[in-house]
Amino acid sequence: MNLPTTQPAAMVVEVSKSFGDREVLADLDLTVSQGEFVALLGASGSGKTTLLRILAGLEMASSGEVLVPEVRTVVYQEPRLVASMRVWRNVVIGLPRGEATRQRAVAALREVGLEAQADSWPGTLSGGEAQRVALARALVREPQLLLLDEPFAALDALTRLKMQGLVAELCGRHHPGVLLVTHDVEEAILLADRVLVLTDSKISLDRTVELARPRRIGGEAFDELRDQLLAELGVLAGQR
Amino acid sequence: MTVQLTGTSSSGRAESSEPTGPSPLSATAPAEASHASVRLVSLRVGDGRRRSRRRAVALRLAVPIGIFVAWWILTVTNAIPPTTLSTPSATWDAFVELLRHQDLVGDVGISIRRAVLGLALGAGVGLILGIVVGLTRLGEELLDAPMQMLRTVPYPALIFLFIVWFGVGEASHVLLIALATLFPMYLNTSNGVRNVDRRVVEAARSFGLQGRQLVRRVVVPLAMPSIMTGLRFSAGISVIALVFTESIGASQGIGYLVSQANSLQQIPILMVCIIIYALIGIAADISVRILERCTMPWRRHQAVR
Repeated sequence: MNLPTTQPAAMVVEVSKSFGDREVLADLDLTVSQGEFVALLGASGSGKTTLLRILAGLEMASSGEVLVPEVRTVVYQEPRLVASMRVWRNVVIGLPRGEATRQRAVAALREVGLEAQADSWPGTLSGGEAQRVALARALVREPQLLLLDEPFAALDALTRLKMQGLVAELCGRHHPGVLLVTHDVEEAILLADRVLVLTDSKISLDRTVELARPRRIGGEAFDELRDQLLAELGVLAGQR
Repeated sequence: MTVQLTGTSSSGRAESSEPTGPSPLSATAPAEASHASVRLVSLRVGDGRRRSRRRAVALRLAVPIGIFVAWWILTVTNAIPPTTLSTPSATWDAFVELLRHQDLVGDVGISIRRAVLGLALGAGVGLILGIVVGLTRLGEELLDAPMQMLRTVPYPALIFLFIVWFGVGEASHVLLIALATLFPMYLNTSNGVRNVDRRVVEAARSFGLQGRQLVRRVVVPLAMPSIMTGLRFSAGISVIALVFTESIGASQGIGYLVSQANSLQQIPILMVCIIIYALIGIAADISVRILERCTMPWRRHQAVR
């Protein structure tokens, strides 16, 4: 038995963020514990990506307090690989000279099943492969906080299923605190320990997912949670 | 600022979540891993992007003002003798003299007219050729090689030929500037058109857009960033070409003033002309920037999320 500890891997305290006159986040509080997998749901434009970007340090909060670990990495919706570098160099991009070894890159690529592609150019990879490289790039520096910004959204349905399984497995092995931003309710329930819904600049729902693992889509408890989350997201029963 | 948030921190506990259900991560992870404390660092907060407009203007002016002050100090203290570089006040006197006893305003006017006409002609032809070559295979095969050959002919070498061909008048000045400004525009336009997202062009075609409409509505707007880069280069080169062409066969214009001051070694007048060139240069750049805003309204909001 191993509960996620109550020690935080990231904390956001009363954070607000506005773009011009538009307030995207208002006095928002969020704690991600070490080893905890948190999924953040929200409609388009609800500010969920902004919150993730604040945690990544890509965006500055207008006010409040943001506490994050030194080592934090992001997987974006698109792979965002540098086309002019071979795959393995993309994986160790930005690491200090001594640590940016091919050996280390290949080890990370092995974890995502792409060891053989180490010397390929990013342009020759399929969408799913490129996204796996992006995942290897995020995991190679052993992050204490892993930020996933809709990393499966651009993948085809079959690749998405495999990729979700891979992420669950790798997070289990490396144990970072995870914040997954997504608009896919089922994906959130499948992967997360805790699901949050962001509406009107605030977290309007915070639910622990009690389902036993490994999880499958369907079942009474699953459906009940899904319906609750969809209702919170403003999808009416008739539209489901 | 670094904050150590371990189990001893009561506030950390208070704000953390309720204990959650069985972790998905527990299956393979060793138990100790989750208990190693993580050092948290605080990120900067605030609206850093909100920079004052006054500060931006001050920063833009800083280097030109610095150069002016350095010029003033170095010449007034005689660190640089007046036979090498005239003082600001001597330059000002020369400027006033030129205004009073020579037609400086007329000279500048006629020079700008030549530059603008030449630029319009050269950049216009360069734009059309660039579009044709960038868009059609026939255009590229027919025109690209000759353009690349002509491009390397240094236009100052052609001044005499142009006077022989087009006479000692406005035509030869304007045409030489046109020739000089044609190539930067051509190169950037053809390259920009070639790099327009083909999928968008394909989509526009599938909805029935073709020929001139396709070019005007889709290809040119999407290639506009490159076209504007070409225009910037061309505008800069038009001023340089102006000096060359006015140094021979002209009796008016700042290029004519420069060549006269050169032969008479009138350093203050040369300084006046250099400053005027610099002002024309910045005016050209500002015009292109304004044009960029007008021709690419969709780019204005691109930075906003």
